[in-house]
Amino acid sequence: MTDITPSDARPTSRGTATEAVRRSLARRNRKQLVLQGFGIAAIILAISMLLILLTSIISTGYHAFTQTHIQLEVYVDPEEIPAEGLPRGGFDDVLAAAMGAHFPAVDLTDRAATRELTSILSNGAQFILRDKVVADPSLIGQTVTLKVPVSDAYDQLNKGLVQRDTAEQFRRVDDAAIARFDRLDELGLISTPLNTALITNADSRFPELAGLKGALIGSFWALLTCFLISFPLGIGAAIYLEEFAPKNRFSDFIEININNLAAVPSVVFGLLALAVFIGWFGLPRSAPFVGGLTLALMTMPTIIIATRAALKSVPPSIREAALGVGASKHQVVFQHVLPLAMPGILTGTIIGLAQALGETAPLLLIGMNAFITSAPGSPFDSATALPTQIFIWADSPERGFVSRTSAAILVLLTFLIMMNALAIFLRNRFERKW
Amino acid sequence: MDDLRQHLQVAGDEEVKISARNCQVFYGDTHAIKDVDVDILDKTVTAFIGPSGCGKSTFLRCLNRMNDTIDVARVEGEILMDGENIYDKKVDPVQLRAKVGMVFQKPNPFPKSIYDNVSYGPKIHGLARNKAELDEIVERSLRRAALWDEVKDRLQTPGTGLSGGQQQRLCIARAVATEPEVLLMDEPASALDPIATAQIEELIDELKQNYSVVIVTHSMQQAARVSQKTAFFHLGNLVEYDDTGTIFTNPQDPRTESYITGRIG
Repeated sequence: MTDITPSDARPTSRGTATEAVRRSLARRNRKQLVLQGFGIAAIILAISMLLILLTSIISTGYHAFTQTHIQLEVYVDPEEIPAEGLPRGGFDDVLAAAMGAHFPAVDLTDRAATRELTSILSNGAQFILRDKVVADPSLIGQTVTLKVPVSDAYDQLNKGLVQRDTAEQFRRVDDAAIARFDRLDELGLISTPLNTALITNADSRFPELAGLKGALIGSFWALLTCFLISFPLGIGAAIYLEEFAPKNRFSDFIEININNLAAVPSVVFGLLALAVFIGWFGLPRSAPFVGGLTLALMTMPTIIIATRAALKSVPPSIREAALGVGASKHQVVFQHVLPLAMPGILTGTIIGLAQALGETAPLLLIGMNAFITSAPGSPFDSATALPTQIFIWADSPERGFVSRTSAAILVLLTFLIMMNALAIFLRNRFERKW
Repeated sequence: MDDLRQHLQVAGDEEVKISARNCQVFYGDTHAIKDVDVDILDKTVTAFIGPSGCGKSTFLRCLNRMNDTIDVARVEGEILMDGENIYDKKVDPVQLRAKVGMVFQKPNPFPKSIYDNVSYGPKIHGLARNKAELDEIVERSLRRAALWDEVKDRLQTPGTGLSGGQQQRLCIARAVATEPEVLLMDEPASALDPIATAQIEELIDELKQNYSVVIVTHSMQQAARVSQKTAFFHLGNLVEYDDTGTIFTNPQDPRTESYITGRIG
């Protein structure tokens, strides 16, 4: 620089700089394009995975949203079902007679042939008839029109899940059974309405009768318990740690532990709950209340972390403003900081609860995967939850449970999506600008 | 130091509101305020000037114990208000802050209605027995902050929807609503445009009839325009404290002179 005059140096150095920028520009633009390419590829991959998942679940699951029913004219024979004998009575015989009316060739005194004939009806058909007659005993001696589910094998047949061109010995329904079913279909007695039983029935050994009512109510009680415990405790802990606790080694230690707690595998919480809640405290097994307590243990760290983040994000100027007019620490927190942090807290809580709703492992360990055929009346009754119900059905050998498992997954996903949508709605609705 | 004493005596014929004696502030290991002695007069505007980081805001925050909220901050020495040490164990900072109002650098209204912003202080201190009294306090405070005519028709709209200058006057109204005796202002006009600044300065001039006003400012012109007394801080020391006219025309300390003439700061 010293041996050339400034007037020479300036244009030269400026020229070389421009040249250098121009040369490096191509390389930099290329890098940016590569990065963008990777990003787009990652998104496409993620979306296609999601689509594959949803397609596979929906394509299996949609079968379970309808159920094949059969309509029968049942003569409630007072000889088989005497009014004074209720709720006992020969309901199965009455149903067999109703079926026999369409197949005069079948001898109803032949037990094997009768069983073959009535196998088309769901095992629950007689109980449906019984409940109807018990509710209204004046039906005895009359003919009632009854619409009952058909059993799983025929349901599969009707939905085309049993291939008619499969060799008979590899098929669940033999040729004679198919012929009987087709005859009933020709008579217009077979229909495939919406499967409301999926929501209104509790679990059953028979897929055509199995529903999610018990699991839904169980999950509801468990989540309610979880919310009632983890929400106040989590917020309380977060407020104390964020606003009041002295900053020292002990509070650092607590903070690290809470963060670690959020990362503990859920099965460990299940073992803890099994030992503490059921072992020591003697709380009932399989109860949604205990499930809720367990889920609360898992949700609490999530809520504490979300709440602390929300409290931290309230601008210090608001605290100063409140302190400046003479608000006490307590008033600053409860009248200004907490209301402003609420949307963030609620979002975190709902996401924590959505996680809890889908949690399976801890519930398995406290026995919420029991086979329970009635919906729980209280949080202390035995019940299943949605994810454990999926687990049970996925484990069941009957063909009908394959589609019902997928249907239950769809129900669970619907609830999860609804909860996440609510979280997003709350966040947008109450978001404030400063 | 002798000079300082002398000036204090000159000030003796007016009533001293706050006097700091040997005041020290530490932020952890940093000695932020060193040996500050100052007497702040009642019904007077006192300006704190000095380069950035000189401790003027820190000292202002000692006067209503806002430094208490910072864990590492420690205050030593005495600050007497009406003869009572505000750092005495008997004094509750909450009560003190009701008596010493504060206006911050950036307008910070609560994200609530204009009415709720002004009525918040009186409400928590129980200054109004009923709604009518509260309405009266809100109106009086907004009038004092020269904001009433602009907002009287929309008291229920959010305070955050006002312009910057209006927000700052709202903050002043909020501060005066609790009937303080001292009003601390930490660079109240630094985030405002010149017109809003002029309005705030005019307001400060009116407020001194009722309050002892202490204002921290970066602008020497502002200090010269609004204050009667000026204190110059440098590196945590109170270098010079005198009548504003004297500080700007005939500073005693060479550092003050350098700052005023623009050579440091």
